[in-house]
Amino acid sequence: MSETTFRLEIVTPSRQLVSEGVEEVTAPGIQGEFGVLVGHTPYLVELGIGELMYRVGNEKRHLAVRRGFAEVTRDKVTILAEEAEFPAEIDLATAEKLLAEAEEEMKALSVSGESKEYLEAQAKIDRALNQVAVARKHKS
Amino acid sequence: MANLKDIKTRISSVTSTQQITSAMKMVSAARFRKAEEAITNNRPYSDKMLDVLTSLALRTKEDAHPLLERREQKKVGLVIFTSDRGLCGSFNGSILRSVDRFLNEKAGSYESISLYIVGKKGLEYYKKRPVEKFGQMTELFGNVTYGQAHEIGEDISNRYAEGELDLVYMVYNEFRSALTQVVVYDRLLPVEPPKVDPDTVTTEYIYEPDEEHMLNWVIPRYVDVRIYRAFLESTASEHGARMTAMESATTNASEMIDRLTLQYNRARQESITSELMDIVNGVESMK
Repeated sequence: MSETTFRLEIVTPSRQLVSEGVEEVTAPGIQGEFGVLVGHTPYLVELGIGELMYRVGNEKRHLAVRRGFAEVTRDKVTILAEEAEFPAEIDLATAEKLLAEAEEEMKALSVSGESKEYLEAQAKIDRALNQVAVARKHKS
Repeated sequence: MANLKDIKTRISSVTSTQQITSAMKMVSAARFRKAEEAITNNRPYSDKMLDVLTSLALRTKEDAHPLLERREQKKVGLVIFTSDRGLCGSFNGSILRSVDRFLNEKAGSYESISLYIVGKKGLEYYKKRPVEKFGQMTELFGNVTYGQAHEIGEDISNRYAEGELDLVYMVYNEFRSALTQVVVYDRLLPVEPPKVDPDTVTTEYIYEPDEEHMLNWVIPRYVDVRIYRAFLESTASEHGARMTAMESATTNASEMIDRLTLQYNRARQESITSELMDIVNGVESMK
């Protein structure tokens, strides 16, 4: 391994998606996006929902991730996501349908802000929105 | 001696049974491979989770989270994993027998023992028996998702935090190989952080948000992961057990077909012999 690369592992409860040497990672932390280059200080962060990018040489690859956490050590980054998908794996039509459904659900709810149903509907919207955004942006 | 037609009917019925059992064996073998793969795929996630929990546990007090709290053990919960479908040998039987034994032996030592039943077979079994039940989940058919594990995990964790349960075990068939499954009692709650040698050098992390928040986040997830893992083990065991059961059923069927074919041939020979005798006798008497 040369000096500019470090190991990236992305795992979910059901599979391992990535295990390779990369040069850069940016990921959505719960308090904002963070970027990692080689030699980063040990860091443990909760992940939010959004897009994860990693770069191998000049090639950038993207993933939609949702919830989990990341462990950063000097020569390795481990992403433990509850859900992670490559754009190619996302079915755009299904995701758009889910988004529309979730939005309908949200509209049907009364305005009470912090109820359980409200939060659930919000989570559904966030999830679908993230899938749609990542798929649209990177699917060719 | 049974007549020819009867034997023939039996042979054809055993043959069609054999076709079914050998097809089921094939299906189970494929599912078994998938289940085994799922365990392997889950391992990096589980292992890493444990690492993080260990490093967090080193730095936090023992009562930092409600799920770590140890109480006097009065109310016990058992999460038992059975299958939705039958024809899998002793898979369900050994779980249910073991749970029955636990209920009989330990009834005196705890205030109450209640069950969370996963799988139709367990539910059917306890329908007619007087047991306390605090939850159930069926119709999984081997397609377990992390979301389902999370559902159970959340339910049980809430009950534990509210003091409804003081001790929770998972009872499932641990997967050893396609031929052997062992019933295990795995303690789920209270969560016991792994014992670490205080001299071990651990990484000093920067936490975001803070340590306490991470702990609150990791511990319930750790419970979910343990449940998910038990699901996977149980699924692999189920398919392994069914594969073995169907294998021996297929072998038994072919032995039976051999025996019946022999019987059939003997009967056929006998009838030919007696017909010949009749003809010979007839010819003799005409002379």
